[in-house]
Amino acid sequence: MATEKIIMAGFGGQGVMSMGQLLTYAGMIENKQVSWLPSYGPEMRGGTANCAVIVSDSPVGSPIITGDATAAIVMNLPSLIKFEENLKPEGKLVINSSLIEKKAERKDINAYYVPANEIANELGNSKVANMVMLGAYLELTKIVPIETVIDALKKVFGPSKQDLVPLNKEALERGANCVK
Amino acid sequence: MDKVLMKGNEAIGAAAIKAGCKHFFGYPITPQNELPEFMSRELPKIDGVFVQAESEVAAINMIYGAAGTGARVMTSSSSPGIALKQEGISYLAGAELPCVIVNISRGGPGLGGIQPSQADYYQSTRGGGNGDYRHLVYAPATLQEAVDLTIEAFDIADYYRNPVIVLGDGMIGQMMEPVEFKEPKKRDLPDKDWTTTGTKRNRKPNIINSLALDPAELEKHNIKLDKKYKTIEEKEVRHEMYKMDNAEVVLVAYGTTSRIVKNAIDALEEEGISVGLIRPITLWPFPYKAFAEIPNTCKALLSVEMSMGQMIDDVKIANEGKLPVHFYGRSGGMIPTPEAIMEKVKEIWGGAK
Repeated sequence: MATEKIIMAGFGGQGVMSMGQLLTYAGMIENKQVSWLPSYGPEMRGGTANCAVIVSDSPVGSPIITGDATAAIVMNLPSLIKFEENLKPEGKLVINSSLIEKKAERKDINAYYVPANEIANELGNSKVANMVMLGAYLELTKIVPIETVIDALKKVFGPSKQDLVPLNKEALERGANCVK
Repeated sequence: MDKVLMKGNEAIGAAAIKAGCKHFFGYPITPQNELPEFMSRELPKIDGVFVQAESEVAAINMIYGAAGTGARVMTSSSSPGIALKQEGISYLAGAELPCVIVNISRGGPGLGGIQPSQADYYQSTRGGGNGDYRHLVYAPATLQEAVDLTIEAFDIADYYRNPVIVLGDGMIGQMMEPVEFKEPKKRDLPDKDWTTTGTKRNRKPNIINSLALDPAELEKHNIKLDKKYKTIEEKEVRHEMYKMDNAEVVLVAYGTTSRIVKNAIDALEEEGISVGLIRPITLWPFPYKAFAEIPNTCKALLSVEMSMGQMIDDVKIANEGKLPVHFYGRSGGMIPTPEAIMEKVKEIWGGAK
């Protein structure tokens, strides 16, 4: 791995920011160079949210991702429309097919369709759809092991919410299975 | 010590506490809100004081009062809020009070926008307050540097009895990177024998004031301040050089822009074009002397800023008319792309041959 540049996007409440932070945290645990840059603005509930995560073997230059994303994880339709063009050729586009019927338009990228909300609902908690998406992405790139993401999760959750760890782990694994 | 993943605004707050800052006065404004929020949560835990003032003007004057006791104090804001503080900064400099002021800047003029910008270069380095005064301006490019420079800023402020500005932009404030809080190196700092903390009838009262109606006295004060500023110019200037060997074009950029510029420089190198970077870490004092080390392969300079062109004035002063000085910038919260910078360099490089 040289440098992974990932755009994560969806609507507010889908957990794209925390998904990004989790990957960043896991990258840090693995001694990679990392950065996390959120979009910020006068956002409204249900509006769009996105963040840029860089995980690299060398120091991170610009934390901004413009036309050279190696991957994009899109949780809703506006995100697909907005960020498909930011991928570089051969980039990975992970699409939440539960909420997005549209297919990827570009032929020079690799698209993966993950029914994240359906899987999350099967697991009994729609909030883990982001973890399903992240699991798929991790399986495709292997930039950090799922176990490290779980370690990061334990730290982020703190002692009071450790009971949520198994559910998140399962969501990550189910996501990974989608693209195996 | 272990690295922790933190947002820039919070990392600056944690660095300030590490440096012994106990009191914070501020007023909310995006994109720096996480900093006062962090201080409001953390300072009470160490018997410090957090005050959300009624305005930026009130906050900077609270800084004046609290700094007069010798305590380590900080305020933060973003561009238009820092504009409001300018009068207070001039008073602080005049009364020689140490403090740290953080500006997580945004697009202007006026209320402007909330996206990252570097259009406060003039405000920071020339000052918006009245009178012959100066203050050091640190411009970190990474969160680790933001942490290190914030810690340093408190020592520098105390050492010189002067306000110090830490200038970031919305990106530095909002992004997350791993940071480490190293033990600050011990500096020999003078005793604070000037504070107004009560004479206990053992000494004459100290007076903290910036009013001096006798012109001869005021000139004497100005000469004394100027001597201090000259010492700062001599001793505290900092910069980084990047890939300067055989550079054909040298770029000048600071803060987050310098990171984008480095990406452009690396990509140009792959295309066989040698480009270097001078990155001022202190904006005042500006690293004028660094320009003497520009290799004679260099054909032109390019100042890259998130403004319509402000630092370019200092680049021209440093250049002393030797090389053509070009400019590329985006403003209003727009961020330059590495591709656009590369294109500009190629345009200059082609023309400079």
